[in-house]
Amino acid sequence: MRQIDHELRRFVVDNFLYGRDNGFSDDDSMLGMGIIDSTGTLELVSFLEKKYDIVVEDSDLLPQNLDSVARLTQFTRRKLEQKQATGECSARREPVHSE
Amino acid sequence: MCGIAGVCHSDDAKGDPRLLRKMISLVRHRGPDDSGVYSDHGIGLAHARLSIIDLSTGQQPMHNEDRSLWITFNGEIFNYVELRQELLQSGHRFATQSDTEVILHLYEEEGEDCVRMMNGQWGFALWDSRQRKLFLSRDRLGVRPLFYASVGNDLVFGSEIKSILAHPGVPRELDLVGLDQVFTFWCTVPPRTIFRGIHELPPGHSLTFKDGELTLHRYWQLDFDASAGNGTSEQEHAERLQDLLLDATRIRLRSDVPVGAYLSGGLDSTIITALINRVSTTSLRTFSIGFSAKELDESTFQREAIAFLNTAHSQISCDYPDIARTFPEVIWHTEKPVIRAAPVPMFLLSKLVWDAGFKVVLTGEGADEVFGGYDIYKEAKIRRFWAEQPESKHRSRLLRRLYPYQSKLQQQSDVYLQSFFRARPEDLESPFFSHLPRWDLTSRLKVFFSEDVRTALGDYDCQLELASCLPPTFSRWDGFSQAQYLETTFLLPGYILSSQGDRVGMAHSVEARHPFLDYRIVELGARMPPHLKMKVLNEKYILKRAFGHLLPPAVLNRPKQPYRAPDGKSFFARTTPEYVHELLSPETVKADGVFDFASVNRLVDKFKTGRAIGVKDDMALVGILSTQILLRQFIEEFELGGLSCGKLTMSCAAS
Repeated sequence: MRQIDHELRRFVVDNFLYGRDNGFSDDDSMLGMGIIDSTGTLELVSFLEKKYDIVVEDSDLLPQNLDSVARLTQFTRRKLEQKQATGECSARREPVHSE
Repeated sequence: MCGIAGVCHSDDAKGDPRLLRKMISLVRHRGPDDSGVYSDHGIGLAHARLSIIDLSTGQQPMHNEDRSLWITFNGEIFNYVELRQELLQSGHRFATQSDTEVILHLYEEEGEDCVRMMNGQWGFALWDSRQRKLFLSRDRLGVRPLFYASVGNDLVFGSEIKSILAHPGVPRELDLVGLDQVFTFWCTVPPRTIFRGIHELPPGHSLTFKDGELTLHRYWQLDFDASAGNGTSEQEHAERLQDLLLDATRIRLRSDVPVGAYLSGGLDSTIITALINRVSTTSLRTFSIGFSAKELDESTFQREAIAFLNTAHSQISCDYPDIARTFPEVIWHTEKPVIRAAPVPMFLLSKLVWDAGFKVVLTGEGADEVFGGYDIYKEAKIRRFWAEQPESKHRSRLLRRLYPYQSKLQQQSDVYLQSFFRARPEDLESPFFSHLPRWDLTSRLKVFFSEDVRTALGDYDCQLELASCLPPTFSRWDGFSQAQYLETTFLLPGYILSSQGDRVGMAHSVEARHPFLDYRIVELGARMPPHLKMKVLNEKYILKRAFGHLLPPAVLNRPKQPYRAPDGKSFFARTTPEYVHELLSPETVKADGVFDFASVNRLVDKFKTGRAIGVKDDMALVGILSTQILLRQFIEEFELGGLSCGKLTMSCAAS
């Protein structure tokens, strides 16, 4: 199992705090703490899509999905599970199609 | 327009001509036409002249009839013709036709109150030998600069800090509180500067130095009274504005050399250009900047204005490498870190003006401050309106009206937009409500400060310091006026008129004049009800109402776009100049000790790999790089007299 929470925290610290972890907790609101500015969400989404090969829909762009390391982790895990489920689904379907 | 410098001794020592010549030689760009030094017991005055009025007899330092008063003067007194007439009638006799001499006679008549009668832009030093008193003064809005420092019991002063640093008794040290202020407000709060021990005479202030004692005195205060215009109709406001702005423009055309104009394609400069056309019979020459980056370029509107107003126009084109190539030289002139690269194109523009044979331009500067044009006013208005009914969907939807030109912001979901702009309950009570989002964002750049700098700053809070500078009436003003006051009193002189104005204009000996900053216009604006400045969300409504008929419809009806320039990306767009590598390298950053080298390294990495897309990264890079350049040019290698900026620029050309 990948240490998604560690990876995400590391990205937030490196990218938005330039390596200076100020000790914020994984549950802290990144908007509230001033960690993320208006373009920060776009950087975040771009990172998630590239790193985990997932698609973040416009309707996903909500603070309840993205506004803390804990929420981000949950959101990413959910997306990965969905992807896996869809992938397995299509893998099962493939032979059917090939017949 | 000119440059001044000098030393006032508390004892009988004589001004040292060699030192004075050295000090003034560093601001030769401000006045390449002539220079002069006056030295006597207790005083040394120096002057670098850019001849604009009274070309033949206006040399300085200048004295009165009996040589008891001496002046070195940078600026223009636009109402000097009227003042001269009055002084003649009172029996004063003039030896020249210059505005400089008017100040001398006016001082004879009024003493230090003379500045209250002057309408202009100035920084001057007047030596009253009878009283053995030095009198320094700066114009009301801070169009022209003036700095000073105490050295032992003496006072050293100059139009630019570099002249003061040339004095052997002045230490060359960064003022960390000044740095903290720049990384919050984009400018220092006068009298503090970015250099320890060197002070800026605040706009609207005079200073006297006598017997070693220094006294600061405010002679003008921006004061809002929106109720003052209650009995006046909109039509009357518009007519008064029409008359005054025409007059402000007319007296700013007084010059013995040709006058041009900046024409950005925006509302303000187009109004000024149209007014010049009304009062001048000669064909007008205009100048502008075009950007290769399409989202910043305003050429289409410039063409509309040029065609409509029939001016002879020159444009300079600015691309990313131009910013990187020129940046070190610009910092040599701004003498403070900048958070945005926007001063650079203005520097290139003044070169275009000088190369075209012009020394004087009129601009539209000041209209956004005085008549509510900036987005920060609109943002504050919407945030406050929404905060009154936080559950209202209709009100929060207004946030989409903010910053339409910022594509990345517009890509945000409604929920995120609301999160960015939501006012905290405590913010509503803050005197800085309008400016908190900007200052909070800029303050985040302090994450780059080194541990040493953080420790030195301790729990210093620059907002508390600023709060102590507010006038007693401030808390009684409406929110719109408060925002205007903050913008006009601090950012206007501290950044717009200096880093983006005087300093980059005078770098190429070009004097800018701003009719909207005629103090009569500023006072008129301060007595106007806010709804005439921003009608619902229509900014500068009264200007459009009063001058719309003089403008091409495309310019009148265009959406407001602030002047912006390429920022951090400029330094990594194609090639990265050698000086950028050098000044941002972990070794240099660590040795200089102002910023945390590992954090800076991460930032540089973001730019190198194209991951820096946010405004915070842009501001951080420009702020850090300009500070590093400043350290090199003014602290480590100052004796090179700006040559290190040449070296940096050359390293850029070679890369």
